[in-house]
Amino acid sequence: MGKGNVFDLLGPIMVGPSSSHTAGAVRLGAMARKILGEEPVGGTIVLHGSFATTGKGHGTNLALVAGLLGMDPDDDRIPEAPKIARERGLNFAFETADLGDIHPNSVKFDILGRNGCRVQVLGSSIGGGTIVIREINDFQVEIRGDYPTLVILHQDLPGVVAQVTLLLATAQINIARMRVSREKRGAQALMVLETDQKIDEDVLGLMRKLPKIYQVLAIEPLE
Amino acid sequence: MRAYEDWVREAETKGLKISEVVVQDQMEELELAEQMLFQRMRKNLKVMRESVAAGLNSESRSLSGLVGGDAAKVEGRRKNGESLVGELMSGVIARALAVAELNACMGKIVAAPTAGSCGILPAVLLTVEEARQVAEHDLLHALFTAAGLGMIIAERANVSGAEGGCQAEIGSAAAMAAAAAVELAGGTPRQTADAAAIAMKSMLGLVCDPVAGFVEVPCVKRNATGASIALVAAEMALSGVTSVIPIDEVIDAMGEIGKQMPCALKETAQGGLAMTPTGRRIQADFL
Repeated sequence: MGKGNVFDLLGPIMVGPSSSHTAGAVRLGAMARKILGEEPVGGTIVLHGSFATTGKGHGTNLALVAGLLGMDPDDDRIPEAPKIARERGLNFAFETADLGDIHPNSVKFDILGRNGCRVQVLGSSIGGGTIVIREINDFQVEIRGDYPTLVILHQDLPGVVAQVTLLLATAQINIARMRVSREKRGAQALMVLETDQKIDEDVLGLMRKLPKIYQVLAIEPLE
Repeated sequence: MRAYEDWVREAETKGLKISEVVVQDQMEELELAEQMLFQRMRKNLKVMRESVAAGLNSESRSLSGLVGGDAAKVEGRRKNGESLVGELMSGVIARALAVAELNACMGKIVAAPTAGSCGILPAVLLTVEEARQVAEHDLLHALFTAAGLGMIIAERANVSGAEGGCQAEIGSAAAMAAAAAVELAGGTPRQTADAAAIAMKSMLGLVCDPVAGFVEVPCVKRNATGASIALVAAEMALSGVTSVIPIDEVIDAMGEIGKQMPCALKETAQGGLAMTPTGRRIQADFL
């Protein structure tokens, strides 16, 4: 563990019992909701490893639904999250499966949004409430939710990455971390950029008008 | 790598408390004004108070049904004046159980440093507050001392049961609480180091072997024993008892022991109490 601050050691303020299986699970649900970009109305939640075997006793299921509802890890309503979801007419089904060689505290969401969007998100809770998103729609990513994040679906062509980074540079936005992956050469590709500054709507608007850019998603950092 | 000893020397040279050294360090690290730091810490203290109050009055059972209601038993005996170990000690036991039980019942707590060890620091600080009528401001200072030591432990070793066993969670929390209690009771910076070292030494080698993998058995009761060890260590240090092995070396030893500890005893529920006949039966019943 590296250099932290006093509030890493005293905190987070959270609903128990486990920072990884409860607080981390809320944050994974919240990230899946942010990645979907709208209110989820239903879907499937696949639990892997320790989430599958000990999740029930840690309230992991409740916490994941709470996150999907947009709650934070300190929300008193976390234990009632499934009830609240039912009252709102939302329907999430749980399954367990071996998702392969990944962190034992992992979950895969396949969720549908209010306006018809659908996304698959795979993420892990890696300790102390810290999480990492590993896959979005089968693209490999690494998103921790600690920075403003851009997820851009684009065509794998020369210059597409450059025009995005140029636009950010012009807007005085510094890139902290960046990763590009693709289905295959020349096909669809995914760019994930984590930035030091928040990205304004007008910059996002310009980015969406760039050629060969299919989709731009801006994710605010988690609380 | 930083050393707690450096902070002790700095505090001694400048005539400061450890908490004041930590606050200065964190104002730079977080680029926050002192007032903002205290405001954030006040929020932690508020939730700690609420968690003690909620846990003491709770009859709730945890999701697995294994724990709940024990804080109320100890508190009842204390209120009746029947306590064998006295007001202060039974107070710390009841409060530590209260917060740890609340955590197991999905109540709101402050991870200190983890959710599994969340009962120790609030129990020790609020019990000393009751005994000595200290001011809120001093309690906040003591929390900075505790968190500062926690940062050093996290840097030199770790505070995770999966990485270092229970000694890294309950052991670290007890050391943090011991240092905080000493400062709160008017001890010197050097005495906070001795108290922390004595508390952590008492926990070295403690494994993380939770039944069925839940933060319940033995975690909840270890919060109570950890909190009492913190007070015992603080009492020794305040009396002038010193630790032969300095705190930073104790922390390093804790980190090394954690590495040497087999995986079965690090939060995997594959050894220790989790693999006793009763532990296995509980796991089989629940899963």
